Amino acid sequence: MNFKVFIRNIFIVMVATLMLSACATKTATLPGQIQGDVYTGTDTVEYLAKGVPDRVFFATNESVLTTASRDTLRKQAAWMRANDSLSFTIEGHADERGTREYNLALGERRANAAKDYLMTYGISGNRLSVISYGKERPVNSGSNPLAWSQNRRSVTVKAN
Amino acid sequence: MKKKIVTIISFFIFFSFNSHALIEVDITRGNLNPLPVAVSPLFIDSTSENKISKELGNLNIGLEISTIIENNLKKTGLFNPLNQDAFIQKPDIAHLKPRFEDWQLIKAQALITGKVEMLENNLRIEFRLWDILAGREMLALAFTTVPNNYRRVGHIITDKVYQRLTGEQGYFDTRIIYVAEEGPKTQRIKKLAIMDQDGANTKYLTLGNELVLTPRFNPTNQMVTYLSYFRNLPRVYLLDIETGVQEVVGTFPGMTFAPRFSPDGKKIIMSFAKDGNSDIYTMNLESREVEQITDHPSIDTSPSYSPNGKFITFNSDRSGYQQIYVMRSDGSNVKRISFGTGIYGTPVWSPRGDLIAFTKLHKGKFYIGVMRIDGKGERLLTENYYQEAPSWSPNGRVLIFYRETKSGDQGEGFSATLWSIDLTGYNERKVETLTDASDPSWSSLLTK
Repeated sequence: MNFKVFIRNIFIVMVATLMLSACATKTATLPGQIQGDVYTGTDTVEYLAKGVPDRVFFATNESVLTTASRDTLRKQAAWMRANDSLSFTIEGHADERGTREYNLALGERRANAAKDYLMTYGISGNRLSVISYGKERPVNSGSNPLAWSQNRRSVTVKAN
Repeated sequence: MKKKIVTIISFFIFFSFNSHALIEVDITRGNLNPLPVAVSPLFIDSTSENKISKELGNLNIGLEISTIIENNLKKTGLFNPLNQDAFIQKPDIAHLKPRFEDWQLIKAQALITGKVEMLENNLRIEFRLWDILAGREMLALAFTTVPNNYRRVGHIITDKVYQRLTGEQGYFDTRIIYVAEEGPKTQRIKKLAIMDQDGANTKYLTLGNELVLTPRFNPTNQMVTYLSYFRNLPRVYLLDIETGVQEVVGTFPGMTFAPRFSPDGKKIIMSFAKDGNSDIYTMNLESREVEQITDHPSIDTSPSYSPNGKFITFNSDRSGYQQIYVMRSDGSNVKRISFGTGIYGTPVWSPRGDLIAFTKLHKGKFYIGVMRIDGKGERLLTENYYQEAPSWSPNGRVLIFYRETKSGDQGEGFSATLWSIDLTGYNERKVETLTDASDPSWSSLLTK
C-alpha cells in the first residue's frame, strides 16, 4: 500500500516536471519559429478578423517583405476592400539592437513597405497612415533573438 | 520653470599669477597619479550663518560648497581631494594665509580656501587657490549672488580651479538634459528631465503623457529641441525651458526626428521621413524657411554640425549599412568617413572641431568611440552590451552617453543609465539619476 502511494507520488512529480519543462521550452526559441532571421510563429500575432493576421515580420535591418508577409498583407487587403468604411494605421517597429534615431527611420521604412504593398492591392493611400515607433514599443521585452524577431514588425491597426 | 542664471554682481580678480606655477595637471593621458588637493570648508562668520539659515534652512553652507568642489574635482579623475579630518588649520586662518608646512605634511599640493558672507540679501563668496610647494597664491576670485545659487558658485569655483590647473576650460557649471524612464519595456513612460551636471536639482519638463526622445540644448541653454509623440504624431518640438512654452517645428506632413541646433542657434537640423525615406532638412527658426539638405533613397539621419557651422556629419545606410558621412552644410561634397568593420551611428562633432564621437556596433557589442573628421585615427573608448548616443562636455574632454542592460526573457533585469568617460578612454563613471535615464545631452557653460 505504502509502496503504491510512493509510486503514485513519483508519477505525479514526473508529470509535473514534464509539464514545467514543456513551459520552459515554449518561452525559449523553438526551432521553426525563426527562418532566416524572420519570425514565422504566431505567438504575438493578433487578428483583424478571422484568418487576417495584423502583423508582418522583418529580418534584421531589413524592410523587405517576405513571401509570408506578402501573403498576410494580401489577406489584409482583401478584408480592407470588403470593409471600405475603415481606415488604418500601420505601425513600424524595430528591435532594440540599433541606435534610437536610425531605428525610427527603419520603423518608418517597414511601415511604408507594408503600406505600399496594400496600395498595390487596391487600398487607397487615404485609408492608410503610418507611424514609426522605432524600438520604443517592443511586444516582447526579452533580450534574445526570438524577442528581437517578434519586435521587428509592422502592425496594421484599425484607426476608426 | 524658474530661470536660474547667476547674477554675478561683482566679479573681482584680486590677484593672479598666470605663469611660473609649479603645479601642472596633464589631462592628455589617463591620469594615474591624481593631484592631491585640499579643499578647506569655506569660512562663515556667525552673523552671516544665522542670516543664511533663515534663507536656506539649516545648512552649513561653507561645508556644502567645499563638498561640491571636492566631488567635482574627484569625478574628473585628475584630482584627489584629501580627507578634511586631516586638516590642521582652521578655515578662516588658512584663508588669510595658509601655513604651508601644515598642508605639506598631509601631502596636499594645492589648497582651496574661501569665505562666505551675507551682504544685505546677497551671498558674497570669495575663494583662493594656493600652490603649497611654491608657497603662494595662484588665484583669487569673489562672487556675489542670491543665496539659492550657492551650488552654482561651487561649480563656478571648480571651473576656475580646473582652468588654472589644467589650462583648459572647465565643464562644471553645466546641466544635463535627458529622458527619465520608468515602467516595463513594452510601455515605457518617458519624460524630459534636466539636472545639474553633478545630479543635483533634477526637474521634469514634461509629464510623461506622451513619448519623448532625444532632447538637445540650444547654444544658450534656454531652449531644447526634442522629439515628441504628442497626439501620436512624432514631430520635432521646441521647448523654452524658462516659460515652458512648446511648439512644433515646421509643418511637415510626416515624422520629423533626430533634431539638433546649429551652432549659432538659428536653425534646427533634423530628419524628415517621407514615404518611408528619411532625408536631412533644416528649418530657420526666424524665417521658418525649410531647406532640404540630403536627397537620397537611403536613411539619412542623426545630423550634427561642426562648431563653425560649415560642415555636417550624419549617418546613412546608402552603402548598405549605417556609416558616418561628412558634407558641407549646403549638402554638397558628401564623403563617407567610417570604413572600419561594423555599423556606425550617432556621429557628434566635438566642440573643439577636431573629432567626431560615434556609436559602433560590431559582432553584437556596442562601442563609444572617436575618430578624426577625416575618419582616421579611430579609437574605441568603451565596450558594452548596449550603449549609444554620446554627447560632449563643453570643453570636449568628456563624453556622456547611455547604456541599457540585457534583459531576461520576461524583460527582467532591464535598466537604462547614464555614463561618462574621458576622451582618454579612462575614468568611466556612472552618472547618478533619480530614475532610469537615456538620451543625455550636455549643455554649454552656463556662465561664459
